[in-house]
Amino acid sequence: MEHSVVSSSNFNAWFGDNHVVKDVSIEIEKNQVIAVMGPSGCGKTTFLRCINRMHELIANTSVKGSMKLEGQEVYLMNPIYVRYKIGMVFQRPNPFPNLSIYDNVIAGYKLNGLKLEKADQDAIVEKSLTSAALWNEVKDSLHKKGTFLSGGQQQRLCIARAIAMEPSVILFDEPTSALDPISTSSVETLFHELKSNYTLIIVTHNMQQAARVSDKTAFFYVGELVEFDDTKTMFTSPKDTRTQNYITGRFS
Amino acid sequence: MSVILLIIVVGILITLILQSIPSIKKSGIGFLWGKTWDPVADVYGALPFIIGTLLTSFIALLICIPFSYAISIYLGEYNQKGWLSDLLKNAIELIAAVPSIIYGFWGLFVLVPLVRGLESKIGITPYGIGVFTASIVLAVMIIPYAASLGITLIRMVPSPLKEAAYALGATRFEVIRAVVLPFTRRGLFAGILLSLGRALGETMAVTMLIGNTPAIASKFKDLIFGPGNTMASIIANEFTEADHAVYLSALIEIGLVLFFLTVIINLIGKRIITSFSNN
Amino acid sequence: MESRIRLRNIQSTIFKGIIVFLAFLITLPLLVVLLYIIQQGITQVNWTFLTHVPAPVGEKGGGIANALIGSLIIVFFSALMAIPIGILTGIYLSENSRTRLAYYVGLCVDILQGVPSIVVGIAVYFWIVKPSSGFSAISGSVALAIMMLPIVIRSTEETLKLLPDTLKEAALSLGVPYHRVILKVIVPCGFAGILSGIVLSVARIAGETAPLLFTAFGNPYLSTALGKPMETLPHLIFTYATSPYDDWHNLAWGASFILLLFVLILNISTKIITRKWNIQL
Repeated sequence: MEHSVVSSSNFNAWFGDNHVVKDVSIEIEKNQVIAVMGPSGCGKTTFLRCINRMHELIANTSVKGSMKLEGQEVYLMNPIYVRYKIGMVFQRPNPFPNLSIYDNVIAGYKLNGLKLEKADQDAIVEKSLTSAALWNEVKDSLHKKGTFLSGGQQQRLCIARAIAMEPSVILFDEPTSALDPISTSSVETLFHELKSNYTLIIVTHNMQQAARVSDKTAFFYVGELVEFDDTKTMFTSPKDTRTQNYITGRFS
Repeated sequence: MSVILLIIVVGILITLILQSIPSIKKSGIGFLWGKTWDPVADVYGALPFIIGTLLTSFIALLICIPFSYAISIYLGEYNQKGWLSDLLKNAIELIAAVPSIIYGFWGLFVLVPLVRGLESKIGITPYGIGVFTASIVLAVMIIPYAASLGITLIRMVPSPLKEAAYALGATRFEVIRAVVLPFTRRGLFAGILLSLGRALGETMAVTMLIGNTPAIASKFKDLIFGPGNTMASIIANEFTEADHAVYLSALIEIGLVLFFLTVIINLIGKRIITSFSNN
Repeated sequence: MESRIRLRNIQSTIFKGIIVFLAFLITLPLLVVLLYIIQQGITQVNWTFLTHVPAPVGEKGGGIANALIGSLIIVFFSALMAIPIGILTGIYLSENSRTRLAYYVGLCVDILQGVPSIVVGIAVYFWIVKPSSGFSAISGSVALAIMMLPIVIRSTEETLKLLPDTLKEAALSLGVPYHRVILKVIVPCGFAGILSGIVLSVARIAGETAPLLFTAFGNPYLSTALGKPMETLPHLIFTYATSPYDDWHNLAWGASFILLLFVLILNISTKIITRKWNIQL
């Protein structure tokens, strides 16, 4: 199906001999917020990291199956290019400590040696920081290093950094688990606004968050994709007992 | 790129071995316990220098141990922060920073007369220079190495362990003796080994203070207070004067022995430390 | 019980007293040495001292210009050789801690750290001095460079290992190729540690004498030729201190003062570098 932006078919991933992602097939459509949830160790983070080929950076890992980005096989493309096209935000905010806020936002360009006109750079920085709802807070300190920002602000800086590359998909790996409640809600509000321009795939272990922010939810259990449905349906009348048990808190 | 390291180390080893061959052919394994070093008569025995090296290193170690332990315990346990501890730490680092030639020079002009005075007071031949003087300076030079390692180790002792002892009513001294020191025993031993390795290879300060005699003293007091020679200092003194091939080769062979000695001791020390920090 | 506890407390206090005493006693020799060198040496330093070569025995005046320039040149070239190799190897070791090659290279670094400096001098003698039939400044530089390498490598490796993994991940996730991640993110973040390692290693070799005894040798004249023998501060101190002439002793004191000053400044710089440029992670 060509209007799906990310799709996988019988996708598997291993850590050594440990089979952590089992035969996952999923179609993710454009401009949606997809939550991926499941108990610890269910393979959701591993699956996420396979989409932009970060999983293979760990030694002794392997994958099998089809993973497509906008119709093209990800594992046949140059991995650097794949990561270039997909944005990622991590659990702990990780802005580059030796760069200013301004430089952090355009880091993706600078580090790749892509030369841009100053005017273009300024435009990208402003646009990304605005989309990340951080512009007003930092516009007067763009050339300071970002370490004085709060956790939530740092995370939004990382989001701005990812957005600046104009990816079609942004992957979030438990983006608010290291943040306090106020910062968390500021980031969640952001998901809603980003949806119109990007597709967001968010791994979270916080069910309420999944229910709050996503259009569709995928439930992983012991490496398998158990259920993938509209969020509303998933939480009110899940089709699989395992999903039902997870939602009602039988296991975490 | 890093392969260059391998090349260098292997290169050094091969060079030493190759150049020692003439001497090995001449003197055989008895080289190691040959007591006479007489280049003029073409007789080469390394024992005087091996003894000298071991003597100076061990005496230096003996002198250094109480001090470096004291520093480690003080900075690792009693006073970990603050201006006084920073002062002491900087002083220790400064001791390590002073080049050995300067220690040797100072030793020659200040320590030697002092020792000479001491020796005449207690009725020994007042050489001034000698194994004892060299060992003192050597001790000062290796204290920083043992101390800094000791500090790191002692700070690594987990608080819960110490707190358990305090909670049982132990005094500070008893906690140190019963908990801290046993816990760090192996690591402190490794620190000693590494300091030993450093002392074995030290050249300049020792060369200037040891007196450069190729003979082994017969009386014990002369052994310590009289002049001697170490492996490093004989090489330093006679290398450029060695006029025939076997002479030079004998010196190189001493270098080879020194190489093995220091490398083995250093590696053992390092292995103990890595196994300690992995626990 | 009470008296027993009191006794143990006294024991503890005595112990602490001994420890404190011994610990601070060690500063005594340091002060004595430093003060003596400064006292003897500072009177020697004047413009003539810094700009002239040593006078022949018996003549007044003279200085250490040849050693001063010589030290600068030789140390400069050592650093030139050792820094790139050292940093690259340090990067390699911190990124590839599990490969076979990394194990052997690490082993070699450990070995090299323990090799006595005089042995390095012997090796370089046979590698360079003998084949080119003459002592030369460049052979001295090579010997000193070999001694610099372990320090630079280890400090680079340790600094980089301390950087959190998330830094690398963030850069990689932006689609930055690996070599750029290292060069443009990891190394700049570890800059302070790497630089202080370099400065420390320079301070260390500036005072090394043994490897120079049969490589750069010495030269009573001012020479800037890399292929010829060259005088250095430590070597001059050694030769003149062990000579029987008072004039030469005085020169050696002055040289010691300059050398000490140089080493101290470098060590203090290291502290300033680490404090000022350390990236807050």
